[in-house]
Amino acid sequence: MLRNRKLTLIALSVSLALFAAGCKKKAPPPEPPPPPPPPVAKPAAKPTVTLSVEPSSIERGKSATLKWSASNATSASLNQGVGTVPTSGSREVFPTQTTEYVITVQGEGGTASASASVTVRTPPPPPPPPAPRTKTISDLLNEKVKDAYFDYDKSDLRPDAQAALRADASALKEIFGEISDGRVLIEGHCDERGTNEYNLALGDRRSTAARDFLVNLGVPASKLSTVSYGEERPQCTETNESCYQRNRRAHFSAAR
Amino acid sequence: MRISAAFLLLFSVAAVAQHAVAQQRPADITGTVLNEGGQDPRIAVPDIRGLVGTDNERAFNNTLWNDLESSGRLEMVPKSLYPRIAPAKPEDLKSGRDFPSEPGARGLWLNGWAEPPTLARYLVFGSLETQNDRLVLNGYVYDSTQEQTTQAYIFGKRYYAAMDKMGAEEIAHDFSRDILMNLGLGMGLAGSRIYFVSDRTGHSEIFSMDYDGANVKQHTKYQSITTTPAVSPDGSKLAFTTYAEGTPKIFIHSLETGRRLAFLNQDASLNMTPSFTPDGKSIFYASSVTGRSQIYQADLDGRNLRRISYSRSLDLDPNVNPRTGAQIAFVSDVSGLPQVYVMDADGANVRKLSGGGGDAVQPAWDPQGQNLAFSWTRGFEPGNYNVFVINVATQKLVQLTHGAGRNESPSWAPSGTHIVFSSDRSGGTQIWTMTADGTQPKRLTDQGRNRTPIWASR
Repeated sequence: MLRNRKLTLIALSVSLALFAAGCKKKAPPPEPPPPPPPPVAKPAAKPTVTLSVEPSSIERGKSATLKWSASNATSASLNQGVGTVPTSGSREVFPTQTTEYVITVQGEGGTASASASVTVRTPPPPPPPPAPRTKTISDLLNEKVKDAYFDYDKSDLRPDAQAALRADASALKEIFGEISDGRVLIEGHCDERGTNEYNLALGDRRSTAARDFLVNLGVPASKLSTVSYGEERPQCTETNESCYQRNRRAHFSAAR
Repeated sequence: MRISAAFLLLFSVAAVAQHAVAQQRPADITGTVLNEGGQDPRIAVPDIRGLVGTDNERAFNNTLWNDLESSGRLEMVPKSLYPRIAPAKPEDLKSGRDFPSEPGARGLWLNGWAEPPTLARYLVFGSLETQNDRLVLNGYVYDSTQEQTTQAYIFGKRYYAAMDKMGAEEIAHDFSRDILMNLGLGMGLAGSRIYFVSDRTGHSEIFSMDYDGANVKQHTKYQSITTTPAVSPDGSKLAFTTYAEGTPKIFIHSLETGRRLAFLNQDASLNMTPSFTPDGKSIFYASSVTGRSQIYQADLDGRNLRRISYSRSLDLDPNVNPRTGAQIAFVSDVSGLPQVYVMDADGANVRKLSGGGGDAVQPAWDPQGQNLAFSWTRGFEPGNYNVFVINVATQKLVQLTHGAGRNESPSWAPSGTHIVFSSDRSGGTQIWTMTADGTQPKRLTDQGRNRTPIWASR
């Protein structure tokens, strides 16, 4: 039995060999057999990645946080110049314009990518100040209210000082009409030639004289206060009459 | 007594020379206050030595010399005229006149110091030593004209201080003050302090320093405008004007704790220029509560307020007579330009002291309450002040500075021998002292702008 079977196998293989050899040039080749399977039993899994951003819309100058997580990946990198990152993690970004972030991960099973975009909004302009308050009281005082000037060692109002104060009275009434809670400080100043002590008293008298004149013209006294700076806060420091004159004045500033 | 006699003489000389006052200093005024009736006694002050560190030793000897010299009451014999060695303790001294013929070798003979070329009436000697890390001075003054050393002793004392430069200066001040007192020469300047306003920190603040400019201390840190200091007679309180709360107000500080004391200011745009009464219990000051500066008196807490002056002009800068408390010198512009006036402490008997053109301001009493130093532009352009002195009783006038820059804010030393003032003669405004006859000007400050000095006893 055994011998017969062996013989049969030999005869079959010889005939097959002869058949194959004889067919080589004589007949069209048959389909080749499929390649042998790879040595690993199971094929590698393809990597996956997800990318999210919170918030997805920011104002310019603010930040957003990217979060990602990958599986089956050995490396990861973010575009927009960020470069290599851990395969899962997060990062704060400060885009200045709407930006799409793409993360690409690589693993033995290939590559994968995911993207998320941050919309950058231009901040809205600050709300315009209420119409009547486009200017501060200091601006208005600088613009509309002129200093009153005095003679050396004097606190009485010269004709030019009275003219200035008459115009100031109308301007102040206008200003208080616009800025109802405004208050004004009348500063009395002196040139450097008097002494410290006398100039304090003289500057006080100058500011009071200016205040009294304005009140007589109908400027509400409750909105005016006075202070003497004597010679302590000069506008200029040259030792000549034109500078001395500039320093002998009643000046108007916003009261705090 | 000596000071007032000196002023009588000074003012009689001044009366003759008064017509020349504004143009030029009358040459014969110089020195009359301090040197009347003969010469000041000659004193030899050889360096006192000891193992206390060369810096401490030098600080001690320089301070002692300057204190005695600045009293204006002693003639300091130059050290080049001294014998080569000096005694360190009384036992070193020999009596009698059997000293070597060579002057430099006579140092241990008491009479050797009275001989030419030294010719000292008094000899100061002693030693410095260290004891338990403290600096110790054994100081003596002997009359070198006495033949027997046992008869020559005038004064001797042991002093202790910290072992550093300040300690050395402190015992030198104490020793010099005792020397002057024991020689009957008044209190000198040692230990007195000058308070002043400086902007060296960027803001006007109150500082003080020794009479010679040493040991500067800052008293206020309001970073505002702080000015016009006044010190209570016992040296315990400092009053001043400050803008720390917006408008000028009077603040009072304790000089012992440095803390602010309560003072109720009037509800006015201006409260300023405080002046203590001699009993230290009240102050006079100026306030504009009526719309223009007038003079008021109040207790040290600002209460118990009394209005003193009633005028339609600016009345300010009251200064209480430190001797009597009964008179107030102040400034008023009732007659036009500001002038110096005197009134009773209750506001009665107002009379004008200055006159003759220009601003006359900043009156300051001498310690005897007889003379007022003040700043006057007489004879000069507005703003160019000079320091004058007027005798309140006789109205005799003397000019102490003569147009070298702007000289103002005089204040008398407690000894009455010197005046501190501010001057821009060297450039920026600085604090200077001079003798009460206007000689020996000396600059004390150089940092920032310094003004409004007040000379206090401590």
